[in-house]
Amino acid sequence: MSLTLEQVHRVAHLARIEISDGEAQNTLGQLNEIFSLIEAMQAVDTQGVEPMAHAQDVAQRLRADRVTEPGRIDQRSAFQEVAPETEAGLYLVPKVIE
Amino acid sequence: MKAWEVVIGIETHAQLSTQAKIFSGSSTAFGAEPNVQANAVDIALPGVLPVLNKGAVECAIRFGLAVGAKIAPRSVFARKNYFYPDLPKGYQISQYELPVVVGGQLAIPLGEDERVVKLTRAHLEEDAGKSLHECPGANFRGRTGIDLNRAGTPLLEIVTEPDMRSSAEAVAYARALHALVRWIGICDGNMQEGSFRCDANVSVRPVGQAEFGTRREIKNLNSFRFMQQAIDYEVQWQIATLEDGGRIEQATVLFDPQSGETRAMRSKEDAHDYRYFPDPDLLPLVIDRQWIDEIARQLPELPAARRDRLAAEYGLSAYDAKLLTTSLELASYFETAVAAAGPAGAKACANWVMVDLTARLNKEERDISQSPVSPEQLGGMVARIIDGTISTNIARKVFDALCNGEGSSADQIIASQGLQQITDSGALETLIDELLAANATMVAEFRSGKEKAFNALVGQAMKATRGKANPQQVNALLRKKLG
Amino acid sequence: MITDSLQALARALATKEVSSVELTRQYLERIARHNPQLNAFISVDEANSLAQAGAADARLARGEGGPLTGIPIAHKDIFCAQGWLTTCGSKMLNNFVSPYDAAVIERFKRAGAVLLGKTNMDEFAMGSSNETSFYGPVKNPWNADCVPGGSSGGSAAAVAAGLTPAATGTDTGGSIRQPAALCNLTGMKPTYGLVSRYGMIAFASSLDQAGPLARSAADCALLLNAMAGFDERDSTSLERPREDYGQALTAAAGDRPLAGLKIGLPAEFFDQGCSPEVMQLVEAAIAEYRRLGAETVAVSLPSMQLSVAAYYVIAPAEASSNLARFDGVRYGYRAPAYHDLNDMYSKSRAQGFGAEVKRRILIGTYVLSHGYYDAYYLQAQRIRRLIAKDFAHAFQHCDVILGPTSPSTAFKLGEKAADPVQMYLSDIYTIAVNLAGLPALSIPCGFAGGLPAGLQLIGDYFTESRLLNVAHRYQQTSNWHLQRPAGFD
Repeated sequence: MSLTLEQVHRVAHLARIEISDGEAQNTLGQLNEIFSLIEAMQAVDTQGVEPMAHAQDVAQRLRADRVTEPGRIDQRSAFQEVAPETEAGLYLVPKVIE
Repeated sequence: MKAWEVVIGIETHAQLSTQAKIFSGSSTAFGAEPNVQANAVDIALPGVLPVLNKGAVECAIRFGLAVGAKIAPRSVFARKNYFYPDLPKGYQISQYELPVVVGGQLAIPLGEDERVVKLTRAHLEEDAGKSLHECPGANFRGRTGIDLNRAGTPLLEIVTEPDMRSSAEAVAYARALHALVRWIGICDGNMQEGSFRCDANVSVRPVGQAEFGTRREIKNLNSFRFMQQAIDYEVQWQIATLEDGGRIEQATVLFDPQSGETRAMRSKEDAHDYRYFPDPDLLPLVIDRQWIDEIARQLPELPAARRDRLAAEYGLSAYDAKLLTTSLELASYFETAVAAAGPAGAKACANWVMVDLTARLNKEERDISQSPVSPEQLGGMVARIIDGTISTNIARKVFDALCNGEGSSADQIIASQGLQQITDSGALETLIDELLAANATMVAEFRSGKEKAFNALVGQAMKATRGKANPQQVNALLRKKLG
Repeated sequence: MITDSLQALARALATKEVSSVELTRQYLERIARHNPQLNAFISVDEANSLAQAGAADARLARGEGGPLTGIPIAHKDIFCAQGWLTTCGSKMLNNFVSPYDAAVIERFKRAGAVLLGKTNMDEFAMGSSNETSFYGPVKNPWNADCVPGGSSGGSAAAVAAGLTPAATGTDTGGSIRQPAALCNLTGMKPTYGLVSRYGMIAFASSLDQAGPLARSAADCALLLNAMAGFDERDSTSLERPREDYGQALTAAAGDRPLAGLKIGLPAEFFDQGCSPEVMQLVEAAIAEYRRLGAETVAVSLPSMQLSVAAYYVIAPAEASSNLARFDGVRYGYRAPAYHDLNDMYSKSRAQGFGAEVKRRILIGTYVLSHGYYDAYYLQAQRIRRLIAKDFAHAFQHCDVILGPTSPSTAFKLGEKAADPVQMYLSDIYTIAVNLAGLPALSIPCGFAGGLPAGLQLIGDYFTESRLLNVAHRYQQTSNWHLQRPAGFD
């Protein structure tokens, strides 16, 4: 199978990556080459094979319901030092329209 | 005109009453300074990782047990991918294919009847942060401020089958669910603070049609009144649209309480492609039988069982039993009061709780947990009514005195304020003789057939004893003397 | 001093032959001299490193030093280090000074090691040549026209050129082993779950694992002792009894120290597109192992040929989600001009990420999207299971698996940069190990055309000690690992 230009644009939008028509065209060619490599998988019959999501077959460990990091203003300041735009302790973004 | 059938399914996000967040050690307490309760994990710094809070899982198990659901022995956390500024990781950790609670049901009262709403599932997930559009004292220059204190608060999303057929049923379900999650102690139910939020999936179809109509989802209903209004508006809008020959498009809508209308949201346009996949940072959640049994043992008697038991054990009407089991605190208050009053005082305790105490609490806008009178105090007072120490009338004085903190118990107040009923018939006879002698006119009026004069004499006797005389005894003595 | 093993350095520090400050200064000078040519480091902070060295000297003076106290270590710029610029090789994080330490950084700090600098890497660890870095390519010290391998290319070049005694790396599909092979180093990817991933910027969470890059198996053992261990902040971190990975290495042994060891030789490692020169060196190493007493057996990993395909579904899928947090809101790059929220996201990400990262995000987004999930993601996970089963089956017949690390020696800068598929295939021998979550290492096994080649040893889960010992015994009788590139004395 191969992708279409429209699919490249749609996926780029889903991933929030701006892409020009020229870039999309170029990307389309590369992605199709990569997918031809990936397609090798489709020839394998994997019926009845349990999908493997983790390297180890272990159960989730649980943490006790305890506050280990009480809120601290100085920590907020440290975190927000690297933020592009803040005001009154809030992260600022272009207006969100619901 | 066609007849239309309304079909409603409800998704509820109940914030779980844990100390810490679902995947981090930050506090879940409400009302902190913005972003102060957001640690490295909550703000999704590069490299941080989630670890699941055991308390949140326990809440889910409690809920599953309370609605007779299956607790999945193995469930999986998945990532729901979408971009939104209140979602720091760019995905929400939720459960998708394998939720922790499967099935179950909830009985909802409908007038005198009851019906059952089937649940599809309940799953654990994390809450998002909050977007603030304005903030006193700050200048956002037309931008939106993001507070991530709420990000990572544990949620149980409870999903019903499309089982409800009217806004009234939807509200009855939401109320019953609200009562239940508070009853089993997994959610504080504070709707103002957003601890309990409902989304309603609403569609209509011509009566008799088998397939469902296209649904629209009304998001974030945070009061029962708004839920009713929003669904009523939405149903009427959908019917009007269809009858005008229009089509319903699947959409997410918001309810505007000001206008009373619903409108489609402009954001979340990619709602149909969340690209769920198992979160590689979290391993499967495994819950064994032993853990479930342990939690089952700690689970309080559930509302329906308690209601039936209160009715049977204390001879209460079905109505009273239902009222007393609207919350676990109320039911416990009642039973603690009865324990202090003795079994003979059960009916009286029920009345005091439902009438006088409720009126007082409503007036002061408090709930039962903040009652100025403890159940032991109320029960102790009822005991004194039952044994004739005080009349019901005097009891109101005692009750007020207890409310105002004038004494630590009914007995103490009765003693210190001399409120004990006069039951010594000798003393009472003397008092009545004096009364008759002093009120010859009234006696004459009574004898001439004016029954009103008798009541006036009873009143005089009660006044003279400051209400402490037993009214029945006064009645009997007067009849004897005048008869 | 720059040719000394970590053990020798520790001895010199303990006997006051040299102080940590002197040692650190010496390496800082070497970095100042050679880094402009190699581009192995993204960040160096002399004052910070020397202050750490001073503290280490004080600790040594109190007699509280451990095996790594006072020894300078370079860290791949994927590990968050408090107060250090932590870029992950990306413009996206060009301004990100980390407010916290990764678990690996904490552990080295606790051991008293000195953070010497942050090394260059392929952007977000996506690459096999270190050419995708926003900070420019790293040159191979053996030949400046060649790549050092990737994604831990900066760490590998730095160790190879003697700009640091040792370094850390991360390995998602071969990113420690392949640069180790291309730079004549010993590099180990431990069992998944052995080293905490907390604070290590995620590429593909179910495959990423940190490990050491050094000049010998003995050095790697010392580093692994510091790195490995349970961390309650990482749900995939495993609770296991502590192990001394160097213990087996010190055991006395005769002429045939590996007698009884069964080495599995998978047909799939020997009939694919490996260059004849590399294959010849691998064959020579096999002969050496027979002399050391090991027995070789033929094994088969039939599903391994699908590992690249499965990897290029699973890793991009996880990456597409892991990299969604880089949205220009809380940290990192934000585009200077945009007209609304979505435009801010799309422009910041388009400008902040490089071409390879964007390519992988798009692949990952596509394979997870509606209608394709089963055919790609789920199928890849099933293939992953088949690959893990192949290894499990092979380990019923052998103790370690041996083969080449990389199909060729270091390739030329720019040679594969325009052809993603060719680049992806250079990890053909390493990727299956990550899919299965197994430990593996690469050791130097000779030179072809003046460039080093690597031998890969793969073990069953948690057999790091054995793997290191198997590598160590070879290094006791060979001197390939002692060879150093010219021009860096």
